[in-house]
Amino acid sequence: MYPDNYRYTKEHEWVSLEGDIGAVGITDHAQNELGDIVYVQLPAVGEAVAQGKSFGSVESVKAVSDIFAPVSGVVVAVNEALAETPEKLNEDPHGEAWLVKVRLSNPAEIEGLLTAAAYQEYIGSS
Amino acid sequence: MAQPAALRATPLNAVHRSMGARMVDFGGWDMPVDYGSILEEHHAVRRRVGLFDVSHMGEIEIRGRQAFDLVNYVTPSGVARLQPGQAQYSALLYAHGGFVDDILIYKVADDHYFLCVNASTQEKDYRQICSANRWDAQVEFTSERWAQLAIPGPFAERTLQKLTPVRLSGIRYYHFTDGEVAGAPARIARTGYTGEDVFEIFIPPAEAARLWQAVLEAGAEFGIRPCGLGARNTLRLEAGMALYGHEIHAAVTPLEAGLDRMTKLEKGDFVGRDALLGQSRRGVSRKLTAFEMRDRAIARDGYEVLVDGVPSGWVTSGGPSPTLNRNIGFCYLPVAAARPGVAIQVVVRGRPAAGETVAAPFYKRAPA
Repeated sequence: MYPDNYRYTKEHEWVSLEGDIGAVGITDHAQNELGDIVYVQLPAVGEAVAQGKSFGSVESVKAVSDIFAPVSGVVVAVNEALAETPEKLNEDPHGEAWLVKVRLSNPAEIEGLLTAAAYQEYIGSS
Repeated sequence: MAQPAALRATPLNAVHRSMGARMVDFGGWDMPVDYGSILEEHHAVRRRVGLFDVSHMGEIEIRGRQAFDLVNYVTPSGVARLQPGQAQYSALLYAHGGFVDDILIYKVADDHYFLCVNASTQEKDYRQICSANRWDAQVEFTSERWAQLAIPGPFAERTLQKLTPVRLSGIRYYHFTDGEVAGAPARIARTGYTGEDVFEIFIPPAEAARLWQAVLEAGAEFGIRPCGLGARNTLRLEAGMALYGHEIHAAVTPLEAGLDRMTKLEKGDFVGRDALLGQSRRGVSRKLTAFEMRDRAIARDGYEVLVDGVPSGWVTSGGPSPTLNRNIGFCYLPVAAARPGVAIQVVVRGRPAAGETVAAPFYKRAPA
């Protein structure tokens, strides 16, 4: 369920690193808590994001939730498909429904994130 | 430190949990918000049939020779027009004209009225009615004796008809009858909160779990789904129905909430009448107004509303409309802007997003 090569936050985002580019998304636990997702607000390519700071929002039928950047950097790609098909976030949150790709400004930040095992322990106990 | 009060539970609490419901604290009640997908539950009600546990709703019964006089005095509506077996949307008001609650009045007999009230307000409602009682009438708080199921949707009648000898087609909208459902005594009402055809059954709590299962089985061939409060909210919003604590509360009056039709100022004295007469003479300064977003952003409860850039009101309920696939809501606006076709902005997370006022309701079912 939670890929071993991803890193996770306690705010329920994930990051998957390829070189100095990190794909960022929300976790399966997050989409399940939110319910039917109907709208996603994301930054534009070229915008800077900072670890732990909100960079967008995900809205379900019931509520709106901030999404927090797991790493700092500059947005190099945005998953535009989610504007028309936000329900993909419910269906494939760890794959097709990535949110943004970020060129990391401080790759060392990755070390402070949770492993898949630690994240699953965290959501199991919360 | 004081412990928070324990959440109250309906007789179906364990059933909801066993069915995988996501539970929330709804005004002090531990209630299902959905059983997996609000959207699917919403569509089930519009297209097929749904089943809701609404046992958290309160019941207050008024009996006696002068039961009518008391009910007529504590509500603003035309109670005199009610026939036995008929129901009416009404309210309890404060002397200043604000809402204590919105309620349904079911007239069982000339000397017996059955009120269905909101869950979180029921004790307050009971005290309000008792304190106004100077007639030969007995007020009884009977919430503990009633569970309530709502069965809305195009297949509601066919579903429930399988379980009762009562001829359901003979019950008109906003009427009810006492009978049996699956062998249990039931008050069967064609009243509801979704904009679809609907039956609500008031039943003994001890029978609730058995009847919940019976209705699900009866509706299986029509694609019935158990539904939670999430879908109940999106359905009632599309149908343009007010929710206590949102569109209506102690600081707004029926005239401001667009419930003029409920308010019979000429019927004689009632609690709140003087305030409403004064407001009616002066004219209201703000009115509840429906809107749709033109921007893609979703307006949520409490967001600020601007007219011509000027802060003018607030969103009382807002969110996506699954049936219309648009983002809709209600807000209070100054009367000059409280008409369809006015451009507004809703401040969504710090950014003004375009919307436009429209006529309510958003959704009206096609006539049968």
